[in-house]
Amino acid sequence: MTNHWVDIKNADLVLIMGGNAAEAHPCGFKWVMKAKAQRGAKLVVVDPRFTRSAAVADYYAPIRVGADIAFLGGVIRYLLENDKIHHEYVNNYTNAAFLINPEFGFKDGIFSGYDEAKRSYAKDSWTYQMEDGFAKVDMTLQDPNCVFQLMKKHYSRYTPELVSSITGTPQDQFLKVCEMIAGTSVPDKTMTILYALGWTQHSVGSENIRSMAMIQLLLGNMGMAGGGVNALRGHANVQGITDMCLYSEVLPGYIWAPTDDDKTYESFRNTRTPAARRPGQMNFNQNFPKWFNSLMKAWYGDAATPENNFAYDWLPKRDTAYDVLAIFERMHQGKMDGFICSGFNPLAAVSNKNKIGAALSKLNYLVVIDPLATETGEFWKNFGEFNDVDPAKIQTEVFRLPATCFAEQDGSFTNSGRVIQWHWKAADGPGESKSDQEIIATLFNKIRDLYKAEGGAFPDPILNLTWNYTNKLSPDAGEVAREVSGRALVDLKDPAGNVIVPAGEQLAGFAQLDVNGGTACGNWIYSGMWNKTGNLSARRDPTDASPQGLGQTLNWGYAWPANRRIIYNRASADMAGNPWDEKRTVLKWLGDKWGGCDVPDMRPNAKPEENVMPFIMNPEGVARLFAPTMAEGPFPEHYEPFETPLARNPMHPDNPLAKSNPAARVYKGDMEVFGSPKDYPFAATTYRLVEHFHYWTKHAELNAVVQPESFVEISEALAKMRGIKNGDRVKVTSARGWVHAKAVVTIRMKGMKVDGQTVYHVGIPIHFGFKGLTKQTQLANTLTPFVGDANSQTPEFKAFLVNIEKV
Amino acid sequence: MATQALHVVAQSATTMTPPAAAANTVHVAKLIDISSCIGCKACQVACMEWNDTRPTIGDNDGSYNNPADLGPNAWTVMKFNEVENAEGGIDWLIRKDGCMHCEDPGCLKACPSPGAIIKLDNGIVDFNSEKCIGCGYCTSGCPFDVPRISEKTNKATKCTLCSDRVSENQDPACVKACPTQALTFGPKEERIAYANERIKDLNGRGFDKASLYNPQGVGGTHVMYVLPHGDKPTLYSGLPANPTIAPTVGLWKGIMKPIALLTMAATVFAGVIHYAIKGPNTVEEDENHDDKKA
Repeated sequence: MTNHWVDIKNADLVLIMGGNAAEAHPCGFKWVMKAKAQRGAKLVVVDPRFTRSAAVADYYAPIRVGADIAFLGGVIRYLLENDKIHHEYVNNYTNAAFLINPEFGFKDGIFSGYDEAKRSYAKDSWTYQMEDGFAKVDMTLQDPNCVFQLMKKHYSRYTPELVSSITGTPQDQFLKVCEMIAGTSVPDKTMTILYALGWTQHSVGSENIRSMAMIQLLLGNMGMAGGGVNALRGHANVQGITDMCLYSEVLPGYIWAPTDDDKTYESFRNTRTPAARRPGQMNFNQNFPKWFNSLMKAWYGDAATPENNFAYDWLPKRDTAYDVLAIFERMHQGKMDGFICSGFNPLAAVSNKNKIGAALSKLNYLVVIDPLATETGEFWKNFGEFNDVDPAKIQTEVFRLPATCFAEQDGSFTNSGRVIQWHWKAADGPGESKSDQEIIATLFNKIRDLYKAEGGAFPDPILNLTWNYTNKLSPDAGEVAREVSGRALVDLKDPAGNVIVPAGEQLAGFAQLDVNGGTACGNWIYSGMWNKTGNLSARRDPTDASPQGLGQTLNWGYAWPANRRIIYNRASADMAGNPWDEKRTVLKWLGDKWGGCDVPDMRPNAKPEENVMPFIMNPEGVARLFAPTMAEGPFPEHYEPFETPLARNPMHPDNPLAKSNPAARVYKGDMEVFGSPKDYPFAATTYRLVEHFHYWTKHAELNAVVQPESFVEISEALAKMRGIKNGDRVKVTSARGWVHAKAVVTIRMKGMKVDGQTVYHVGIPIHFGFKGLTKQTQLANTLTPFVGDANSQTPEFKAFLVNIEKV
Repeated sequence: MATQALHVVAQSATTMTPPAAAANTVHVAKLIDISSCIGCKACQVACMEWNDTRPTIGDNDGSYNNPADLGPNAWTVMKFNEVENAEGGIDWLIRKDGCMHCEDPGCLKACPSPGAIIKLDNGIVDFNSEKCIGCGYCTSGCPFDVPRISEKTNKATKCTLCSDRVSENQDPACVKACPTQALTFGPKEERIAYANERIKDLNGRGFDKASLYNPQGVGGTHVMYVLPHGDKPTLYSGLPANPTIAPTVGLWKGIMKPIALLTMAATVFAGVIHYAIKGPNTVEEDENHDDKKA
């Protein structure tokens, strides 16, 4: 979330699209209800199904799965055509005025620079026109190559007629939603958008979200209380996981990890330390060397020195993709020996269960660290029709290490609003369970002992790793948190020579990080969470720093970065530093500094006339309506899901290359098992139910009582077509497998008119499996395709094709 | 709400004069604002946790109703009903079902066993299973079809409005668990005032028939609903439009009373035998209530 949970209450319009907050985030949903009850806010839900969020909405509009960019592109066109944009904001705080390379183009659904063989783009033409090292701008927005004009042209094609024909949303309902959204383009009204996996789990997932970011920028809603683009994170502690880098592409704090291309420390550092693209901008990423060097000091201590480039050579250099789909693809090819699976149930959670099972069968060993007896831990076992495998043919050795649950160990959770909250151990774990840190630490020490005893190909990164914990076999969570937050290794001095932070003391924040190795910090964005006064994430003071009651609880936990609750909050004030909306003051210029009810996302003494722009992480200082960093184009474009009920992309009917995301990675063998509408005529999607949490709570009796059995939801028309009655047992089949479930026949789903045909949906809750207390069934990911978003490789769980029949 | 001593003001099959102090007791109510309910079933789970009830894990019957209905181990359940509305849209009406805690409780009137059903001066209607004879009259006396007889124990069961928690100045478990404040609890007058605020908000959102459900046919209830479609309570999974106590319930006081009294005599006799064999029970629920008078 750019904003935070409590802040939802400040919205005038709450849009839920690409998510189902009432069901997936029932506790946080209280803030939506507060916005409604206290501000008279309106709630709009756009979803293929009439969900439990829709049950309390003021307005609901249906949409076909995988058609979000068409819908949002239509909204962009509506805002531009009807002049419902916040001009001063757009002109100054976005790159609307920036001039783009005249070579940039877009034809038949493909942007300039496409390489069909590689399924990727060369982005040379997706660039700003530069002059004296800075990007050229036309503040009149008239230049045909300025972002504003290019954007206007790009989205002029998204007419209400075409949008309705692609999305299945009746035109009047689409326009009604446009009108409600457009109402927040005035400075004193805001919209918040709440989304989740309904946007991310698509082959165009990142562009779904970017489309909404563009809308929020056009409306001037970024940085505002009650505004923002708000990802509701699904899995405790998934926000913390991404922050701490438990995946391969990044190091802690969203530092892009080195690849084979980064031959030297200098090239690595230079490619990640940009120069400002406009005069006088903060260009905050210029601090990259401080973050990285301090990270390496946290990891390697005295062994990381300026002389050895802070042990840069010990970091792995990524040669290829290591996202979850790539890992299982490699495993499926028999190229992996072992797999350690901690708090992860991939047999249920990664797309195409049969492929995942086959991949796990090719390992020599699998280690499952989990509090529960997961399906993954028993992938090799025959559960009849629910997991029909032959154990005799599977040689994988499986080790199951029982772990404690979160309530059985100290630690922290970071919530969707980036608030780090400490939690305390409430009970001992059962039986022989051990905490995750004890399991990992014990494993590490064993491995290091082996390296010490036997040597190895490259022992340095293992032997030199800092491991100064009091209990080396079970590090205390507080010790780890202090290491993450960071401390001074030498006396840190100001330019006058005065000691600001004595050696050994915890740092106040990332501003104190030293480029020369004088500080150690395990994650720069978490810096300050444990300062010299103690653990700020343990704070539970709900006092509101806003006299207007905006809910800025700055002394509750610790929000990254720098305890800032609303990111880009400088954009909540106009160029002169006055709030766009007095009643919603987050930040204002006080004459000599920025003040308000939040930590300024701005240099505290940057005078408004210095024109330091609010989007400090971008070297241009402004937000990007045109984003050249995206894999499939700088402007979001509608592409069909890889399995679509349509024969063509209605945006580009004559170009098969532009049917689905041209830059999405598809593995050999997977393209072949995409289903066609001839065999699998119905659009399917998967989702969560409020009664369950992923694949965990089916192990809990009361959750099983309130939602005991797998089901699928279909419309009355589809049920009639297939002779299915409510409560019947049905078989749902995709190109990859089949599942049994009960049929819930409902008026909450309807056939949709799309591109001259009627599209019917099958809705598939994911929570059920062959382990636990709910009725045994096949895992829902048996059906889903093995293709991901072109940027993040998040699998396309939300749009695929199935057939359905009565059993 | 301050802690208050609770008194029994009515008992089944017993003629009694409520203690004078009872007149000053604040009436409580749980308000169920259907317009704020997301059907998450947290209330159901909290109810099962607090009261330690464990219904069997059932199956899906083509709906979101799980368990499908109230039961001896399911004192509250969410009931889902979906309808097409006049504007061509959909209403997904989700109602938390359970005991309404009537001011004039039909179950209590119908019950032939002295003290098996009591009404407290704050409005809570509670069952005393020690005295329940499992006859099932309470189910026929209830206009909301709430009490259920346990086949295992042959006792009537229903929501107690967490009388144990309320007597300790705690909200009922379901209210405590509700994430959206669709459930609130407190003095009935305050809940009515809050309901009126909600109704005003709903009126502004096009629900011009929104109303408070506090049916006078049973003297009002201590569990009330805010209904967005106030003119059509039956849309909400059969919530009765004008609940009243069936005339037959009053019958027993005339024709049935002698028979019932005989039954009661038999019960007392059985109790004496039970006492002779098993000895006294250590704690009687009545004693608990008596403690509160102190």
